[in-house]
Amino acid sequence: MTIQRRAYIATVGGGVVAGLAGCTTLGGDNDDEAGISGETLTLTTTTSTYQTGLLDELNAPFQDRYGVTVEAIPKGTGDALETARNGDSDAVMVHARSLEDEFMEDGYGVNRRDLMFNDFVIVGGPDDPASIAGSDDAAAAFAAIADSESMFFSRGDNSGTHTKELEIWDEAGFDVESAGEWYNDSGGGMGEILNVANEREACTLADRGTYLSMRSNIDLEILVQGPVEGGPELLANPYGIVAVNPAVHDHVNYDLSMAYIGYLTSVEGQEIIENYTVEGEQLFFAKALAEDPNFQQYVPAGWQSSDGDD
Amino acid sequence: MPLEISPLTPLLLEVPFEWNYIRSIIRVSLYVSLVAVTLSTLCSLPVALFVGFKDFRGKALLTSIINTGMGFPSVVVGLAVLFAVSNQGPLGSLELVFTPEAMIMSQFVLATPVIAGVSLAAVSSVERNVRDAAFAMGGTRLDVALVTIKEARYGIATAVLAGFGRAISEVGSVLIVGGNIAGADGTSRTRTLTTAIQLEAQQGRYETAMILGGILVVLVLLVNAIVVRLGSDDGGYR
Repeated sequence: MTIQRRAYIATVGGGVVAGLAGCTTLGGDNDDEAGISGETLTLTTTTSTYQTGLLDELNAPFQDRYGVTVEAIPKGTGDALETARNGDSDAVMVHARSLEDEFMEDGYGVNRRDLMFNDFVIVGGPDDPASIAGSDDAAAAFAAIADSESMFFSRGDNSGTHTKELEIWDEAGFDVESAGEWYNDSGGGMGEILNVANEREACTLADRGTYLSMRSNIDLEILVQGPVEGGPELLANPYGIVAVNPAVHDHVNYDLSMAYIGYLTSVEGQEIIENYTVEGEQLFFAKALAEDPNFQQYVPAGWQSSDGDD
Repeated sequence: MPLEISPLTPLLLEVPFEWNYIRSIIRVSLYVSLVAVTLSTLCSLPVALFVGFKDFRGKALLTSIINTGMGFPSVVVGLAVLFAVSNQGPLGSLELVFTPEAMIMSQFVLATPVIAGVSLAAVSSVERNVRDAAFAMGGTRLDVALVTIKEARYGIATAVLAGFGRAISEVGSVLIVGGNIAGADGTSRTRTLTTAIQLEAQQGRYETAMILGGILVVLVLLVNAIVVRLGSDDGGYR
């Protein structure tokens, strides 16, 4: 009896699949009205996911399966969100929760999902004038840098890393605006800042992935570890993905965005993230497969209170 | 305050940036470009006069080197200067890396061939009998040079302007050797108009980028107007 029922389901299911295949041309490059095949997803993304090569690894199976193209445009988190606000991209993958929340609260994004995380590290020259090596308190380390007026370089470009840096200064109770000659804002990519800090033997906040990829060419050392190596949670670097709200920009490809978000947060997508390594080092850690999934992630932090403010 | 009745005032009050920030960026841009162009002019003019007057072996080669230099890729110049001044480089002990002086060096390298090339053309076009007349009247070499410069002044002014244009609108090399650095209080150390525009656009702050771009264009126009006015009192294009 059971076996018969299974056979029945298999037959019907197979028939449905065959029927669908007949009218949607799976994997073809035909523009078919039904389905998403042949369409293009424009994704603005932070430079770190792009430069490490993770996106290529993630996108290839997705593109093969659905016959779609994912066009990833690497930008700083600030510009990635601004581009999405203008309706010039269908989805954004970024890493600055406060900016993402603002984007959501303003109604430009829907269905934000936690995607993955890695961490930031505080790096500096081997002399370590602020004596912060091995510290497990990021805010105290920043306070020590300020107290000893050790040279510090900031991204200063509204990127995810810059946003995190300001958060740490805030935590340390230090007002960056009042910093003296030792604080330098050298707007530019993470790689450039690491080179500048290396020349000047200065401290900076870096994401672990970029630091690892440049480690062989620079003398900077990790002075304070992030949570991946047991450091403070303050240095966590969570990545999120957000679909652009089709109610605001009706030309965005919402169906394809949601298919992509579903794929990235599926077991398959998350396993690709977990298994991705560069020179034997795991760069990103899956977040959507957590033992205790964060159901609050759809709700921006402080949503209620700011509702009252408006 | 006359400013208050200006129709521009509300626009200026809403500008999305700090005036101190803008002012310091303009100051650094002008300082770096003007110093570089002045040094370039001082070096280029004797070269242009020498090459323009003398016939010597390798003159064609030198001329083509100068002409090639006019179109030399600026990022390559930036890289070369960075290697020279970096801590491991030959000039590392001078600690010039990521300072305005390093930016002056790279802009000097970029502007010199332009100024030399264009003023060489201007000097060469001064008629030979002008020089002969100056010699005949018992002028020294310096007198002849000065007469030639006077005759070719409009072409030389064009040369200096072209050099200034190249220096102030340059992004790649100043980003590499300058580091685009500003202090915590928002004052520029090695941030120029061009690198600031690049940074603002990268952050999606397109309004600020547009305003900075407008300021850059106005500055270039102003400098052009001043130089053209200085050069055209009696003559202009010959």
